[in-house]
Amino acid sequence: MTILPVILWSDVLIWLLVVAALVLAALSARNPPLRTAWHRVGRSAPGMAAATVLLAFVLVGLLDSVHYRPRLASRDSGAPAAYAIEVLSLLDALASPLRTRNEKTYSEPLATHGYAKESIETRDADGRLQIARDFPRLKYGGAHLDADARDLAAQRDADVGRRVLAATSLAALLSGLLVLGCASLLASRNACSLMTAWRALRRGETDFAWRSVLVTLGVLLLLLSPLAALSVDYHVFGTDKVGQDIFYQVLKSIRTALVIGLVTTLVTLPLAIVLGLVAGYFRGWVDDLIQYLYTTLSSIPGVLLIAAAVLMMQVVIDNHPQWFATAAERADLRLLALCFILGLTSWTGLCRLLRGETLKLRELEYIQAAQAFGVADLRLIVRHILPNLMHLVIIALVMDFSSLVLAEAVLSYVGIGVDPSMISFGTMINNARMELAREPMVWWSLAAAFVFMFALVLAANLLADAVRDAFDPRMAGAS
Amino acid sequence: MLAYLLRRLLYAIPILIGVNLITFALFFVVNTPDDMARMQLGVKRVTPEAIEKWKAERGYDKPLFINSQAQGTGVFTDTVLFAKSARMFVGDFGRAEDGRDIAREIASRMGPSLAIALPTFIIGLFVTVSLALLLAFFRASALDFWGVVLCVALMSISGLFYIIGGQYLVSKLWRLVPISGYAAGLDAWKFVILPVAIGVVSGIGSSARWYRTIFLEEIAKDYVRTARAKGLSELTVLFRHVLRNAMIPILTGVVVVIPLLFMGSLLSESFFGIPGLGSYTIDAINAQDFAVVRAMVFIGSVLYIVGLVLTDISYTLVDPRVRFE
Repeated sequence: MTILPVILWSDVLIWLLVVAALVLAALSARNPPLRTAWHRVGRSAPGMAAATVLLAFVLVGLLDSVHYRPRLASRDSGAPAAYAIEVLSLLDALASPLRTRNEKTYSEPLATHGYAKESIETRDADGRLQIARDFPRLKYGGAHLDADARDLAAQRDADVGRRVLAATSLAALLSGLLVLGCASLLASRNACSLMTAWRALRRGETDFAWRSVLVTLGVLLLLLSPLAALSVDYHVFGTDKVGQDIFYQVLKSIRTALVIGLVTTLVTLPLAIVLGLVAGYFRGWVDDLIQYLYTTLSSIPGVLLIAAAVLMMQVVIDNHPQWFATAAERADLRLLALCFILGLTSWTGLCRLLRGETLKLRELEYIQAAQAFGVADLRLIVRHILPNLMHLVIIALVMDFSSLVLAEAVLSYVGIGVDPSMISFGTMINNARMELAREPMVWWSLAAAFVFMFALVLAANLLADAVRDAFDPRMAGAS
Repeated sequence: MLAYLLRRLLYAIPILIGVNLITFALFFVVNTPDDMARMQLGVKRVTPEAIEKWKAERGYDKPLFINSQAQGTGVFTDTVLFAKSARMFVGDFGRAEDGRDIAREIASRMGPSLAIALPTFIIGLFVTVSLALLLAFFRASALDFWGVVLCVALMSISGLFYIIGGQYLVSKLWRLVPISGYAAGLDAWKFVILPVAIGVVSGIGSSARWYRTIFLEEIAKDYVRTARAKGLSELTVLFRHVLRNAMIPILTGVVVVIPLLFMGSLLSESFFGIPGLGSYTIDAINAQDFAVVRAMVFIGSVLYIVGLVLTDISYTLVDPRVRFE
């Protein structure tokens, strides 16, 4: 074996979430109201565009959730296999040029030379040592260009232009093929001619918002393919203080954001659903107790409770170094603990909502009929009440995601977020914000973090809106 | 009314006790005081004597819940639980790691915090409600559509970027106001103006959209149709009828945060170097000063509960139908 698979706890939970999403999809397909609601989501053009973007993010996140440790090369073949201490993921393997080609320090996007002047030693023709202050040539950025050429900048521009042109034309071709494939798929499904299908697609008259999906995919391809083509030989978004490629950091941040946004719901949902339903259904002292619990928890300001809990978690982690085999495992467990803490502090809102709805539902005739027939409490809650609350749960789930992603950045800034060694949008912003004072300014890592985080959160917000409009019974008549 | 208030205040006591127990459990049961001492002292200086000394200086050397060696009521009062939790109810928060009295520190830092938080709150509320009314007035038009799109875009930007961007543009590029700092008295205005502006802008997205939804829900009601049928102009309907009725759901979210304004804002205070409670909290978190964090948690929950009571009172003020028995 050339690799040693490593299964981090967050990987387990992420793949568990994928399974859960599939199960939810299967359940929704069998439940007519949920199915129609999802169909309504599918008709929403902004919602589907957002879903496409999110899917791209999730794909990167999933690639980054298969971890392993590479085998170290050993000279004699008889020796027992030794594995690197470094934990890598599939994404790292795919983007290994990005990961390994580190410069010395900052460099601008697409730069061929360093950011600050250095003393460079050169030898004259007669062998004398010359020391000049100049911008050093980057080790990897644009290394394939002819280094001695005078017009390096012009050469670089021509090369970049060529690559962008090639990549975008390839992307355009690919998008065209996608549209054609989609049209022919529609044509064969609706048993109409290709022309009719294409017209319906172009006018956005399809049942599912294919047009916005295809347009989004096309735009994504057009934007990402030049990035991919350039990142092979340049640092597209520049490098940071220790010379690491910013594009690579952005890609790695995606997984952290997704884990925070999604795994937290694994903690929130069970707590909110079980306690909310139990309180609303049984009433009496159970209700009083649960109400007391969530009023108390929600009366502590969120950030402070999180701060207190994270501080305490740090003490536990620092006092038990023996629990973690690698630094990655420690960072991973800290990330999960953060999710756990965020979940524990944010279930109260949904719980209160579910309790109120259960109180209303349990007075309805169909519930009382079921009670009269002697249906057991547990069965009644699971079969008759819970399905009628699922829309609230789904709405809360998608609405929370974007706020959690935003919260991660703030918490990491305050110093109670993810492990400093873990790449996340928060740590990127935190490292970059000091550099704004430099002259000339180091703006690229902030800008990259901003663009990608904005895209992720905006997509999540738009999808949340579409889902809320589709699932909220008050909105159902409107559209 | 008075009886109701009294009952609400009495009901707050078990909640505060609960808050206290939760923080106590967080700080002293999850980790023993020994763990905290080791963390604070650092790896190098950890000796059993140093840990004992650290604990004794801070009063952590007593038993957690029951002191079996003490006399009389000392069984309960001479414990960490009593010394560190019960004393908070009378405003005694103990001392910070640097030896300063926390209660006095808090009192002196409230002013700067309020200087930022109060204008942000008032101007922000005014701006967002007006914007939401504007969008509601032009509902289902292009202005409304793009306004909502802008709101969603604004709320998708992390608060950190608002601050970083604002500081860069206004202070560094245009050099209009100092980047950070604070001055006492009236000189404070030039330090206050930028954080307030940024606070207002960063809140526009989510609040304006939320208020717009409330207004639209109100506009769909029958009494609005009646008002229009009477021949009232749309503006009168909006201001005299819709705005007044929409105050009730708006108040629910707004009044509760008023007392919390005392706590200041963590982010803007630390970015702008304002010596308020927000930056105090951040410093305490970074220095792992457990006593300060615990005090802030307690004060925060007290203020939140005050906010809940205020919300109830404000209902009676704006909605004559609400009567408390």
